[in-house]
Amino acid sequence: MTDDTQIAVDVRDAVKRYGDFTALQQISLGIRDNEFFTLLGPSGCGKTTLLRMIAGFEDVTEGAIFLYGDEIETLPPHQRPVNTVFQNYALFPHMTVLENVGFGLEMLGQSKAAARTRAAEMLELVQLSQFASRKPAQLSGGQQQRVALARALAPAPKVLLLDEPLSALDQKLRKAMQIELKHIQRETGITFIFVTHDQEEALTMSDRIAVMSAGELQQLGAPRDIYELPRNMFVADFIGDTNLLEVTVDEVTECRAACSLDGGLTLSCEAVEGVRKGAQVHLSIRPERLVLSETATGADSLRARVLENIFIGTDIATLLVLDNGSEITVRTSNSERGSKRIFDAGQMAFVTMERGAARLLRD
Amino acid sequence: MSARTDVKTYPGFFAITLLCMVILYAPLMVVTVYSFNASPSITVWEGLSLRWYADVFTGPESDKFKQAAFNSFSIALIAATLATAIATASATAIVRAGRFRLRLPSLGLITLPILVPEIVLAVATLIFFNSIGFTRGYMTILVAHIAFCIPFAYLPIQARMQGIENTYEQAAMDLYATKAQAFRQVLLPLMMPGIISGFLLAFIVSLDDFIITNFVKGAGVETLPTAIFGSVKQGIKPNIMAISTMLLSLSIMMVTISYFLSKWDNTK
Repeated sequence: MTDDTQIAVDVRDAVKRYGDFTALQQISLGIRDNEFFTLLGPSGCGKTTLLRMIAGFEDVTEGAIFLYGDEIETLPPHQRPVNTVFQNYALFPHMTVLENVGFGLEMLGQSKAAARTRAAEMLELVQLSQFASRKPAQLSGGQQQRVALARALAPAPKVLLLDEPLSALDQKLRKAMQIELKHIQRETGITFIFVTHDQEEALTMSDRIAVMSAGELQQLGAPRDIYELPRNMFVADFIGDTNLLEVTVDEVTECRAACSLDGGLTLSCEAVEGVRKGAQVHLSIRPERLVLSETATGADSLRARVLENIFIGTDIATLLVLDNGSEITVRTSNSERGSKRIFDAGQMAFVTMERGAARLLRD
Repeated sequence: MSARTDVKTYPGFFAITLLCMVILYAPLMVVTVYSFNASPSITVWEGLSLRWYADVFTGPESDKFKQAAFNSFSIALIAATLATAIATASATAIVRAGRFRLRLPSLGLITLPILVPEIVLAVATLIFFNSIGFTRGYMTILVAHIAFCIPFAYLPIQARMQGIENTYEQAAMDLYATKAQAFRQVLLPLMMPGIISGFLLAFIVSLDDFIITNFVKGAGVETLPTAIFGSVKQGIKPNIMAISTMLLSLSIMMVTISYFLSKWDNTK
C-alpha cells in the first residue's frame, strides 16, 4: 500500500462470535478511500456480519475497526459517519419520499428547509424528483431502491454500506442499477462497501473484491486478479465457470510446473508459489481459454470426445470427456464461429489451452 | 369462488342465517324500539315518545345515573389511557427486545387475564384489596380496571408491531437518530393504528364491565352497569331501555371508529 492512498475502513483482526458459533474468523482488511469495495461470498459466509459490524449493528467480539484512523467500535450506530442501503430498503412507510431522504439530515440537526432542499437535490441525482411527495408503497421496487440510495447518500457519509441492495430487482433493472451505482460512486467520491453473493455483479462494479467463505477471507484483489489468478479451489469455483482437474505436480522448474493427470495425461502450466513437486492439487482452467482443434496443436493438447453442445447466447459451451474419463467444458464465443470449428456430439477433438490459462490452486 | 361450492347453495343456509340473526339482534331491536314507547309498561306499545330519554336526564333516578355515567366514563378514560401506555411499553419490550429468557412467560402473564374466568379475577382482586387494606370506592374500581384492560389494549398493539420490521429502527439509527428519536419518529407512528385500536377496545371493555366492578366498588359508588343492575332489581322500567339504547349507539360508534382505524394505513 502506498502512502498516498488513504485507508477509509481498517478492519484489524476482527472476530465475531455468537456464543459458540464463530460467524467471522479473524479478518483484517483495509478498504481504501474512494474505492468501490465488494464483499463477495455465498450466504452465511460472514459478509453481512462484517458490514453490520462496520455500521455498528453488531459488536466486534475481538479486534477493532477504524474509520479514517479513528476507532469506532465504541460508537453507537447513530454516531458513525456511515450510512447503509438495506437489503429490503427499510424506507419509512409513513413518510413521503422527500421526508425519507431528508430524515438523516434532520437528525443531524439541520433545519427542515435545509434538509428538504438537500433531499430534493438527492432525488434529482437518482432521477426521482417527480415522486417526492409519494409514499414508498406507491413506488416500484427499482424506484424504492433508488430512494434508499438517495436517503443514505443525503447526509454525505464518509462510507456508504450497501447490503445486497440489488437482489430484489429483476435481471434487466439490476444490470442498469449496477452501472448507475458505479457512476454515482465515481461522481460522489464516497467509499462504497458493497455486499453481494452475485459474482458477476461483483466483477462488474468493484475496484477490489474480498471473496469470503465460511467466515474467512479467501482472497482479496482486483476483479481481474480474482478471476484469472484464483488462490484456491473455493475462489476458482465460486467466481465464474471453471474446469477443475486433479493433478500431481511432477516437476517445478523456474516458473513452469509439469503436472500429470490420471490416466497418464500430462500438462504444463505456470508455477505457483507454495505448490511444490509431488503436491496433489487442483488445476483451474477457464472454459473460454480452451481451444478445440482437429489435430493436436502442441504438447499439451489433450484428446477428447464431444458429448454435447449447449447454445448460451453469446457462447457455445461444448462438453467433452477426456481419455481418462474427466469431463471438461470449452466455451467458444459465437463471434468466432467463422474461424473456429464446432464439433458435433460423438466426434473426437483435441483440447488445447491458451498460454497462461491454467492456474494451480494451493488448496 | 365457483357457484357449486358457494356456501349459499348449501341446504338450510338461509334458515340458519335467519335464526342466528334473530337470536343475536331481536332483543336489541326490542329494547331499542320500546325505548321510544310512550307507555310506562315495557310490553304494551302506546305510541312514539321520547319521555323515557327525558326521564333518564330529569327523572327521579337522573342524579344516580348522571353520577354513574360520570364514574363510568372517567374510569374508562383513565383506565384505557394508562392500560394502553403500559401495553405499548410491554409490546415494545416483548416484540422488540429480541429473545430473552422470560419472553414467553411475560407474554403469557400479560394475556392471561383474558383467559381467566372473570369471576375468579373479581374475587382475587377483592381479596387483594382487602388484604392490603385498600378502602373500596372509586379508586379500587379504577385500579382494577387498569389491570384487566391491559391485555385488551396489548393484543392489537402487539399484532400491529409484529408487522413492523426491525430494519426501520436500524435504518433510523443508521441515519443518526438516537434510540429515543427512532422510537418517537419511526416506531411510534407505525404503531399508532394499533395503539388507538387498543385504547378503544380497553375503553369499551372498561365501560361495559360489571362483575369485577360490582365486587370491588365501594358502597354508594356506582358505574353505569352496576347502577342499571341496581335499578333493574326493582323492576325493569322503560328508562333502562333508553339508557341501554344510548350505550348501544355509543358502542356501535366506537366499533365503527375502530373498524375504520384498522383499515387506516398511514403508509399509503
